[in-house]
Amino acid sequence: MIKFEQVSKTYPGGFRALERVSFHLEKGEMAFLTGHSGAGKSTLLKLISMIERPSIGNVFINGKNLNQISAKQVPFARRDIGMIFQSHRLLQEHSVFDNVALPLVIEGTYTQGEITKRVHAALDKVGLLSKVRLLPKYLSGGEQQRVGIARAVVNKPPLLLADEPTGNLDPELSKEIINVFEQFNDVGVSVLIATHDLGLIARMKNRSLTLKDGRMINDGLAVDDDSSSKGGIFL
Amino acid sequence: MSILFSKDSSGASSKSVNPLQKFMYFWIHNLRQIITSIGEIWRTPLASAMTIGVMGLSLTLPATLHIIVKNVQSINLEWDSASEISLFLNDGLSEQQISSAIRRLRSYDEIDQLRYISKDDAVAEFKSLSGFGEALDYLESNPLPASFIVTPTKFHKQADPAKALLAKLEKEREIDFGKLDIDWLARLNAIINMLEEAVITVALLLMISVVLIIGNTIRLSIISRKEEIEVMKLVGATESFIQRPFVYTGIWYGLMGGLVAFLIVTFVIWWMQSAIGEISGLYMADFHIEGLTFGEFGALMLIASGLGFTGAFWSVHRHVKEIEPDLD
Ligand SMILES: Nc1ncnc2c1ncn2[C@@H]1O[C@H](COP(=O)(O)OP(=O)(O)O)[C@@H](O)[C@H]1O
Ligand SMILES: [Mg+2]
Repeated sequence: MIKFEQVSKTYPGGFRALERVSFHLEKGEMAFLTGHSGAGKSTLLKLISMIERPSIGNVFINGKNLNQISAKQVPFARRDIGMIFQSHRLLQEHSVFDNVALPLVIEGTYTQGEITKRVHAALDKVGLLSKVRLLPKYLSGGEQQRVGIARAVVNKPPLLLADEPTGNLDPELSKEIINVFEQFNDVGVSVLIATHDLGLIARMKNRSLTLKDGRMINDGLAVDDDSSSKGGIFL
Repeated sequence: MSILFSKDSSGASSKSVNPLQKFMYFWIHNLRQIITSIGEIWRTPLASAMTIGVMGLSLTLPATLHIIVKNVQSINLEWDSASEISLFLNDGLSEQQISSAIRRLRSYDEIDQLRYISKDDAVAEFKSLSGFGEALDYLESNPLPASFIVTPTKFHKQADPAKALLAKLEKEREIDFGKLDIDWLARLNAIINMLEEAVITVALLLMISVVLIIGNTIRLSIISRKEEIEVMKLVGATESFIQRPFVYTGIWYGLMGGLVAFLIVTFVIWWMQSAIGEISGLYMADFHIEGLTFGEFGALMLIASGLGFTGAFWSVHRHVKEIEPDLD
C-alpha cells in the first residue's frame, strides 16, 4: 500500500528531517509510526499526502510513484487518502454534517440524497449520529476527533493517515479513538498512525515503525536495507 | 478521477457517473456557490459596505460625465441642423437699398431662407426676450442694427462651406458684419471632445482602482478563511474549486457597486434636472436631461461585474495558491 525507497527529505534551509528511509506497509495493514518529537513522523506523513515532496528517493502508494503525480493531480490523489489531524481541524462555523460532507461536496459527483446517506453512515460508525446538526464547539475533544475521522472515511478511501490523533486526549479516550481505527482496519482499510504515545502502542499488538533523528531504526520487520520490496515479513 | 487506485479496485469513490450527470452536478453546485457567495458579503457587513460604496462612487463619476457628454451632444445636434447666419446691416440704409439687398441675397443658390429683422423688430425682440426692454427707452436712438437671418441650404450649413458663405456675404456693401452659429458650435465641439477624453481617462483610472479595491477585499476574505482553505486542500479540493466562490463574491461586489452607481447617477440627474428647470424657465424652453437608457444601465452593470470579476480573479490566483496546507 505504502512503500518508501531510500527516501530523504531536506527542508529549505538545509535541515534533513528524513534520512534514507525505507519501509513497506502492506495493503490492509495497520501500523504505528513512533519516535521522539522532531524525529520526522509528520514529515513522513506529509510525503505520503504530497504536502511535501521527497528530496531523494521514491514514495509509492498502491504501486504508483508519487514523484510522477503533478501538482494539478495532487487534489485528486488526496481523495484516496483519509487524513486525521491532532487538532482535528474541523470548520468551526459549519455543522458536524457539513464538516463530514466536505470531501463529498468537493468531489462533486454525489446527489444531496447520497451525501446525506454517506454522512449519516460515517457518523454512525464513529457513534456520533445524534450530533449531526451541532456545531463542533458543542462537542468534547474526543467527539471532535471522531468527527474528524468520519470526515476522513466518508468517501471510503483505502488508506488512512493520522498525525497524533490522540495527542490531546486522555488514555481512556485515546483507546476509544484507536478502536475506531481498528474497526476501519478490520474492513480492509490500511492505517498509518503517527504518535509519540508509547504507552498506547504498548497496549496494542500492531506493527510499529520507529524514527530517530530522521532515520528508521526499527520497523518491527526484518531489516532488509536494499530490497524493501520484500517487506512485510514479520520477525 | 482516481489517480492512485484504478476504478475496479478499492479506490475512494468507486462511484461512476456519466458525463451528463457530472455536468449537472457541476452546475447545481455552482448555482449553490453563487448564492452562498452573497453570504460572504454579509459576513463582514461594514467592510463590504465600504467596498461597495467606494466602488459605487468610483463608477458614478464616469457615468455622470457620460450623461453630460451625451446631453451636450444632443443639444449640439439640434443646433447643428438649425444653424443660421446673422448678417448685421450698416446703419442708415434706405428702404430701397434694403429691399434690393434682400432680392439680391435671395437669388443666392447657397441660401435657403432669408428673414429681415428691422431695427424696430430688433428692439421688440430684445424687449420680449431679455426683460430689460425699459432700459432701451432711456436711450435717444435705437442702438440695435437691422439684420438678416439667413438659413443656408443643407450643404452650406456645414462648418467650412458656411464660413465661405459668410465671407462672401460680408463683401456685400449693405452688410456690416456677419456671425456664424458655427463659431460657438465649434467651440462646444472642442469642449465635448475634451470632456470625452476626460471621461475615458478618468474612467480608466477609476476602473483600475476599483479592480484593486475588489482585489484587496477578496484578499482579506481569503486570509480570513485560511484555515478553511487549508482543510479543503487537505481533503482534495482543487484550486479552482476553492477559488470559484471568491470570484463569485467579487462579481456580487461589482453588481452591487454598479447598482449604487446607478442610484447615485439617477439622483444626480434628478437634481440637475430640477436645477436646470429653473433656468430653462427663463430662456431654454423645456430642456430635458436624458438619463441612462436601459442599454446603458446594462452596460454599467456589465462593466461593474466585469471589474469585480477581474479584481477577484487576480486576487484569488495570487493568494489561494500561496496557502500551503500543513498537518498541524
Ligand atoms: N517546513 C519545515 N521547514 C523546516 N524544518 C521543518 C519543517 N517542518 C519540520 N521541520 C523540522 O523537521 C524535523 C522533523 O519534524 P516533524 O516531521 O514535524 O517531526 P515529528 O512529527 O516527529 O515531531 C523537526 O526538527 C522540524 O523542526
Ligand atoms: Mg509531528
